[in-house]
Amino acid sequence: MSFLSGLLRFRSPAELPCQQVVEMVTDYLEGVMGTADRRRLEHHLDGCPHCTEYLAQMRETIRLAGRVTQEDLTPEMRAELTDLYRRWRTEG
Amino acid sequence: MDADATLLARLRDGDEQAFTDLVGRYHSAMLRLALSFVSSQAVAEEVVQDTWLAVLRGLGRFEERSSLRTWLFTILVNRARSTGVREARTVPVADAGPVVDASRFGPNGAWAVPPEHWAQEAENRIDAVKLSALLRGGLDGLPVRQRDVVLLRDVEGMSSAEVCQVLAISEANQRVLLHRGRSKLRQVLESELGGGPR
Repeated sequence: MSFLSGLLRFRSPAELPCQQVVEMVTDYLEGVMGTADRRRLEHHLDGCPHCTEYLAQMRETIRLAGRVTQEDLTPEMRAELTDLYRRWRTEG
Repeated sequence: MDADATLLARLRDGDEQAFTDLVGRYHSAMLRLALSFVSSQAVAEEVVQDTWLAVLRGLGRFEERSSLRTWLFTILVNRARSTGVREARTVPVADAGPVVDASRFGPNGAWAVPPEHWAQEAENRIDAVKLSALLRGGLDGLPVRQRDVVLLRDVEGMSSAEVCQVLAISEANQRVLLHRGRSKLRQVLESELGGGPR
């Protein structure tokens, strides 16, 4: 593809390719896109159920990551840290 | 006052339970983070313990210009990083390439193998325990710097500014790591819930 045909290909907002959209998702969710790019992306989303689903999946991934529970501490580790606290209390 | 500010006040009053609560809240995430800088679980545990001691010793000097959480994670990363340097541990450079396999798009860049619909169904289709294990496994499988960023941003719920401060990276770098890490976690869910090449 020549440089010119590349430019022409992306001249209309509707022609933002899905392959490019998936790379823009984080910037979009982070709110760091320029107005023109954001409008172009939103225009694409309006007409593309697949990218809309992809974006929804990314949002869901983020939400579910926020619910990942960390492993509980072992009783040994808890005891060690309680010791550490008590040693520190006697330091001063 | 938020939960951490309350804990800080109690800690300064010498409340042992406040320390236990703080440990319960952050120890696992700290351990996970330390592990991406040093070579073994044992060394990581040592780094986290050292951090707790440094936090206790620093309480009097802590001026609350950042949150308690940011402060303690920053101490942790500084210690883990310098320990990792002493161990001469090198971290592989971040991977490049697209976040969705090119084979899923046609020649015009439109989806050829589009995502299947599951965005609102994940929790109905996989039980909470399995979902948590799946995502934890996915996190563990990420390149370490991506894992650090996703862990702090999405699991711990830090802001991008906090993450940049803790990891001493630029906003742009943080965003690239976040993008790659989150995209891979999505793929982990997709491989369980359907969609994409089998």
